[in-house]
Amino acid sequence: MSEIAVTSSGSGRGVKFRPVTQDSSLARYALIATAVLFLAIFLLAPLAIVFVEAFSKGIGPFLTAFGDPDARAAIRLTLLVAAISVPANLVFGLAASWSIAKFSFPGKSVLITLIDLPFSVSPVVAGLIYVLVFGGQGLFGPWLAAQGVQIIFAVPGIVLATIFVTFPFVARELIPLMEEQGKIEEEAALTLGASGFKTFLTVTLPNIKWGLLYGVLLCNARAMGEFGAVSVVSGHIRGLTNTIPLQVEILYNEYNIVAAFALAVLLAGLALVTLGLKTFLEWRHADALSGRARRH
Amino acid sequence: MNGVTPTRSPDALAATEASKRGASIRIEGVEQDFGAFPALRDVSLDIQPGELVALLGPSGSGKTTLLRVIAGLNSPDRGRVLFDGENATNLPVQDRHVGMVFQNYALFKHMTVADNIGYGLRVRPRRTRPSRAAIQARVTELLQFVQLDGLGGRYPAQLSGGQRQRVALARALAIEPRVLLLDEPFGALDARVRKDLRRWLRDIHKQTGLTTVFVTHDQDEAMELADRVVVLNEGRIEQIGAPEELYDRPASPFVISFVGEAVALPVTLADGHVTFGGRELHIDTHGLRSGPARVFFRPADIAVAAEGNGDLEGRVESLRRTPAGVRATIAIDGYDQTLEIDSPLERSASLGGRVPLSLVNARIFAADENGDYVNAGDGI
Amino acid sequence: MTFPSLVGKNARRFTAPSVIPGFGLTFGYTLIYLGVIVLFPLATLIWQSSGLGFSGLYAIASEPRVAAALRTTFFISFAAAVVDLFFGLIVAWVLTRYDFPGRRLLDAFVDLPFALPTAVAGISLAALYSPNGWFGAPLADYDIKIAFTRWGILVALIFIGLPFVVRTVQPIISELEVELEEASATLGAGRLQTVIRVMLPPLAPALLTGFALAFARSIGEYGSVIFIAGNIAYVSEIAPLLIVVKLEQYDVPGATGIATIMLAISFAALLLINLVQAWSRRRFGHV
Repeated sequence: MSEIAVTSSGSGRGVKFRPVTQDSSLARYALIATAVLFLAIFLLAPLAIVFVEAFSKGIGPFLTAFGDPDARAAIRLTLLVAAISVPANLVFGLAASWSIAKFSFPGKSVLITLIDLPFSVSPVVAGLIYVLVFGGQGLFGPWLAAQGVQIIFAVPGIVLATIFVTFPFVARELIPLMEEQGKIEEEAALTLGASGFKTFLTVTLPNIKWGLLYGVLLCNARAMGEFGAVSVVSGHIRGLTNTIPLQVEILYNEYNIVAAFALAVLLAGLALVTLGLKTFLEWRHADALSGRARRH
Repeated sequence: MNGVTPTRSPDALAATEASKRGASIRIEGVEQDFGAFPALRDVSLDIQPGELVALLGPSGSGKTTLLRVIAGLNSPDRGRVLFDGENATNLPVQDRHVGMVFQNYALFKHMTVADNIGYGLRVRPRRTRPSRAAIQARVTELLQFVQLDGLGGRYPAQLSGGQRQRVALARALAIEPRVLLLDEPFGALDARVRKDLRRWLRDIHKQTGLTTVFVTHDQDEAMELADRVVVLNEGRIEQIGAPEELYDRPASPFVISFVGEAVALPVTLADGHVTFGGRELHIDTHGLRSGPARVFFRPADIAVAAEGNGDLEGRVESLRRTPAGVRATIAIDGYDQTLEIDSPLERSASLGGRVPLSLVNARIFAADENGDYVNAGDGI
Repeated sequence: MTFPSLVGKNARRFTAPSVIPGFGLTFGYTLIYLGVIVLFPLATLIWQSSGLGFSGLYAIASEPRVAAALRTTFFISFAAAVVDLFFGLIVAWVLTRYDFPGRRLLDAFVDLPFALPTAVAGISLAALYSPNGWFGAPLADYDIKIAFTRWGILVALIFIGLPFVVRTVQPIISELEVELEEASATLGAGRLQTVIRVMLPPLAPALLTGFALAFARSIGEYGSVIFIAGNIAYVSEIAPLLIVVKLEQYDVPGATGIATIMLAISFAALLLINLVQAWSRRRFGHV
């Protein structure tokens, strides 16, 4: 009814009619100005400065930054880590949501809470726990040293820590989505003779494709951008165990501002793509995403 | 006065309430458009103080819009609204002193029942605000009045639909409005509760004596409760009158078909004679000009005639015994719908047999100069 | 809780019989993966800290540097969450109820702190507020220093926590029924009274939830903060940084102790959220 109240014209009379559900113009302008100012200062400025600083000396120095071997190694490592963690968590997400959404068993909400656990853990703590398990003085430390296997301060540790922090992304998008969709379509397909796997491919996947894409996007963005956890397990060995975020830190601390922000542009660009796709998905396919309010 | 506030019995309260009559409401030429859609077209209406009036019509008829115009929630594009002769058209909602009960009650979920009821008193400016004790006393009175004693501390989520309805009413009454407006008050409730609340609303109205206007699409409700019914269709008033008038002297085909069941028989009108299926129907044509027309009557308006005396012929499709006699389902020759009529035993027909029917009461509406029926709907 | 017996004729099945296959495989994989990646490492932490015992934890927590870091982290996170609460409400209100050019764009950007890697946020904020930065320079004229002080930490945590408040409150604002506002007006309330008495109170549970989420996240934040904080021990050092420092000093028990305390605070915040939501659902009958 409020749209109706708002569109009534009330023209031609001396008194201006304002529907009761509208705030006064003064209040509106003041609030909009406050909100826009606040967002501009706290959100948009940080984003803008990444690009401004990266190109502050022109295109040349910007591109030079990517010629640096350490930078290239960092990019390669980041891509490698993402290429392992995202699919791993994707498979997990599919398995978890399949078992939770299509079957009933006791303790479901406990399981879901456990899956959400990594969200509540500080990234530094996430790195720490892997040090405790695989580090030199850790649980498996001596055994690993005896085998000559290095996990902490090497790539495997980085992968593990990244998997941990991006663990819930795909699952927490798919679980409510698949629960909303129920299991009748799969049951129908099975009674028509399709095998389990075929059912999954031809019935389930098409239904969840947008939610899946969304979850994968978020997972990937976090995997490439994770800093705290990776920082703890990485060892910061130049050219070997530095991801892009770590390399950014090194460059910045060396006052190599342009190079630092040049690499940061990659990540900021990725963030913008993620935001853009997220907005697109919510706009066009809102019904295909889970209805739960998203908390990250 | 010895400093103790006397508690008042419900009867004393009722007497005091009844002594406050509501305001008269006058609506003059109100029009409202929503973009290109005309919601109200030249609506004029006079409501007497203390009347209980129903705004009846299908969805889109403008009845809710009209109610909101009275309340001040909508501002009409043209026309005036007057309370007791004073022009209230430009008066904002807050100053109109109308008590409004919304369709889904609109109770404040985060407040207790008592706080809901007292809300209108607590938000008054300091000058006119009663003391905390006075507000409390009034809330208690009203809780008793709507028969929700002792439930003041509950939250709306803990009440049933009917109880919430009564809280909404008590909240509206607390501000001592001059007019009470209800928007489909019983729409969200189930049938059983609805019947009880209808009776209860009638009682409340008797006790408060407030001018009351309510919106409904349920004609039973309108007919049962209202002193007068305003029938609206497509933004216009079709008829205003007491329920009997609407039944017995409907003013247009729409009113006939909307209020109660009706049959619309396509007939030919020539020189004051009405013919259908080759027979003449004896109906007063009020000097309508010749041409196509429709005759409207209710199932109760026809009876089984003596042999050879019928206006219409029909065939009995089924028979059912009732306490009063027999109920026959009859297919009328030349008309594609069946109707049920009650017939005394001695005149009953046999299954499958043919019966003559006579029209006891019927109205005729003709086509106007443009060939359109005046507000004609198609059949029933 | 009765454990379903898994053997014998009287075994009660763990899951109801279903024509859909794959339960064993997917459920088993889920548990194993969850156990290996999440539960086992976390259990190791708990086990190590239980080795310290409460007295050990207390000893670590009362080390002056640790205590300072915990205080810094706790109070600045709280303050940032309060700022986010206030401005987050305004932002959510404006984005939901008003229309203006660029609204959709701004709405999408609210999620930036979610999507932007913390290190990038960290160097950007540091660049903005350092004495020759876009904001730092004009502020320096008034002798206001943000970067490398506790104020820097505050700014960074405000950035991090904002989306939590906005996204939690937005759906509730959009669900506020129009009839409530109209009812309030018919009862004689002015616009401001209606906003304060009728529209804001139902937002309280969501605001509290958003606050707790922002707070919990801020406690553990690292990357966005360490560039703009001074990281000066006892003054502007946050607890996560201290964990890293202790690890570099091979003081694993110390790092473990701090981590345990931080976990405990996060979990307490999340428990609070769940309690608030359950309470409000019972009382007011809506989520």
